[in-house]
Amino acid sequence: MPNLFKIKPSVGLLSLPYSLVFIFFFFIPLVLTFVISFWDYNEYSIIPDLILENYRYVFENCFSFENGMCVTFKTYLSTFMFCLITWFFTLIIGFFVAYFLAFYVNSLTWQIALFLLCTIPFWTSNVIRMISWIPLLGRNGLVNDFFLSTGLTSTPQEWLLYSGFSVVLAFVHLYTLFMIVPIFNSMMRIDKSIIEAAYDSGANGFQILWNIIIPLCKPGIVIGSIFVITVVMGDFITIGIMGGQQIPSIGKIIYVEMSYLQLPAAAANAVILLFLTLLIIWIMTKMIDIRKEL
Amino acid sequence: MKKNITRRNMLKTSTAAVGAVAGAGLLKGFPAIHAADAPVIRYLGTAVNMGDAVQKRLFDDTGIKVKFIVKTTDEVTKTIFTQPNSFDIVDSEYFSMPKLVPSGNLLGMDTKRIKEWDNVTSAFTKGEVAGKKIGDQGTAPKKVMYLKGSGSKEFSSEPTQHVTLIPTVYNADTLGIRPDLIKRPISTWAELLNPEFKGKASILNIPSIGIMDAAMVVESMGEYKYPDKGNMTKKEIDLTMKIFTEAKKAGQFRAFWSDFNESVNLMASGEVVIQSMWSPAITAVRTKGIPCVYQPLKEGYRAWAAGFGLPATTKGRQADICYEFINWYLSGWVGAYLNRQGYYSAVIPTAKKYMESYEWDYWMLGKPATADIMSPEGKKLASKGEIRDGGSYEARMGAVECWNATMDENKYMVRKWNEMVAS
Repeated sequence: MPNLFKIKPSVGLLSLPYSLVFIFFFFIPLVLTFVISFWDYNEYSIIPDLILENYRYVFENCFSFENGMCVTFKTYLSTFMFCLITWFFTLIIGFFVAYFLAFYVNSLTWQIALFLLCTIPFWTSNVIRMISWIPLLGRNGLVNDFFLSTGLTSTPQEWLLYSGFSVVLAFVHLYTLFMIVPIFNSMMRIDKSIIEAAYDSGANGFQILWNIIIPLCKPGIVIGSIFVITVVMGDFITIGIMGGQQIPSIGKIIYVEMSYLQLPAAAANAVILLFLTLLIIWIMTKMIDIRKEL
Repeated sequence: MKKNITRRNMLKTSTAAVGAVAGAGLLKGFPAIHAADAPVIRYLGTAVNMGDAVQKRLFDDTGIKVKFIVKTTDEVTKTIFTQPNSFDIVDSEYFSMPKLVPSGNLLGMDTKRIKEWDNVTSAFTKGEVAGKKIGDQGTAPKKVMYLKGSGSKEFSSEPTQHVTLIPTVYNADTLGIRPDLIKRPISTWAELLNPEFKGKASILNIPSIGIMDAAMVVESMGEYKYPDKGNMTKKEIDLTMKIFTEAKKAGQFRAFWSDFNESVNLMASGEVVIQSMWSPAITAVRTKGIPCVYQPLKEGYRAWAAGFGLPATTKGRQADICYEFINWYLSGWVGAYLNRQGYYSAVIPTAKKYMESYEWDYWMLGKPATADIMSPEGKKLASKGEIRDGGSYEARMGAVECWNATMDENKYMVRKWNEMVAS
């Protein structure tokens, strides 16, 4: 009997299980989605075909601006705005939390404990978490109580809930962790002697941050950004609940189309969403070669 | 009791007999009815009106077990299309029938096998309540009730032996309000867009139902009189959505809701004081001790109706068990259970047998309660002396104006609805 540990399995064999999962549960469904986006449909069935109707339908009235912007453009514009704002805040907050964890907390136990604290937003179900915002931000909520009792405002502030503000707040609250983890990971790899060398050469704190830490954290920043942007691009639950269902999202449009069995139309929308998201990621990876940095 | 025991024994032995058949079925997929012990029915539906008590009672009475596959209304329809063999019985709504029946995925149900068929309320079979015609705009059950044959994909306008769904439950929906925050009488659907409630109104974000509420509002504002609210032309859809888009832009709505619990939270927190609402949501707000009224309005109600269907492939023993389940469902205990939640049972005389007379007087006759009214879970819904919102069965169901609907221009309507949400 050959010693199993002496056989060196080929790279192909090692990657086989994951490749299979990837092919069956990601690649094939994706190809099907792409194919179905060119099919025809009626009320109760989808019909194999090769038509561009579904794509034309998505961009209907989009290139004549007489009646203002079309739904598709408006929805993407609003989604891009959420992406940008959420990305900005999660990056700033996430970076400094990671910075604190990596450079100010010296014991591993404390790092783990504080890390767990960051995951608290994920301890409850999505729905309960969303509902819990009402007593805080609602018309009769804590924040408004505070505003009214201190005389900061004379009437309850309605923009606190079911608005763009509350959507961004919920996003930042949830997804900052997705920034913290990869950035923290990058920071832990920085050789402390580099920082010491910079310090000995007379660099001040800001120079060290700007010239050493940030450049070395780039891979973490890019990975975190990819997480945040892809999640926000496809989100419809958070936007739905926190936006009071009055703010559009591509995810919601796809969801509604699917529930009315307009599967090819939903597939076309999904393909466009996927294309745009991949485009953004492609641009980000152009800025930095993750493969090399890792 | 003795009868039950023998019946259960009979079921056990006969299930053992078909064990081999079901075992063979395993090779192809999961057997619909398990042979091991009690027969299990996979029940696809929203199950909002079902609780553990129903399962327990069913098992005690018939030895049948139920496994609920809980989905939203739209997803139930989707499942019938895409996975017609993933359930044994489906609890669906009549307004889905114009889409579902042409697919051929549902069996034409044989009314001869339903013991209480002749007692099914006339609201379903004839579109009448107490001998008077009620509103039939939209997909009224009588329009999509009868089939031309057991395997037919066409509706029959005349009563036949085969039906699309065996009716189970229905209700008349209207607007819910917070009387303590509004502090004046509300009597018309038009109030939903009254600027007085700017930022404090809501409507449900389920296009096929929301559009009907929207149409009730537009008509009561005197903006337009629809020939059939349940089947609008493109122009009518444009007009309806234009009015709602303007209201939305003006900040009329605090939020839209698409989930039952959202509507409860909006109302209970006072974020919203007037909105489209469903009967159990009103109950949920009230059991928190917060006043909430299911306000009857002069233009009438938007009604909905649900029933049981079977997959087209159902036959033999599986069909026997499903029909037995349906017959049990209509035999009264569940009917009373539904009536106590504020819905109506499709077979009223049997439900009456299982209700106390004071309950019957409150829920069905619209009389003041002579004792505290309890929900099936034992929570207090109304105190002695209170009257049900909207009054008696005849007053409520008799004032139905339109039914939940599937329109010919459904695709266009969904698109316009999305535009309104995005505006």
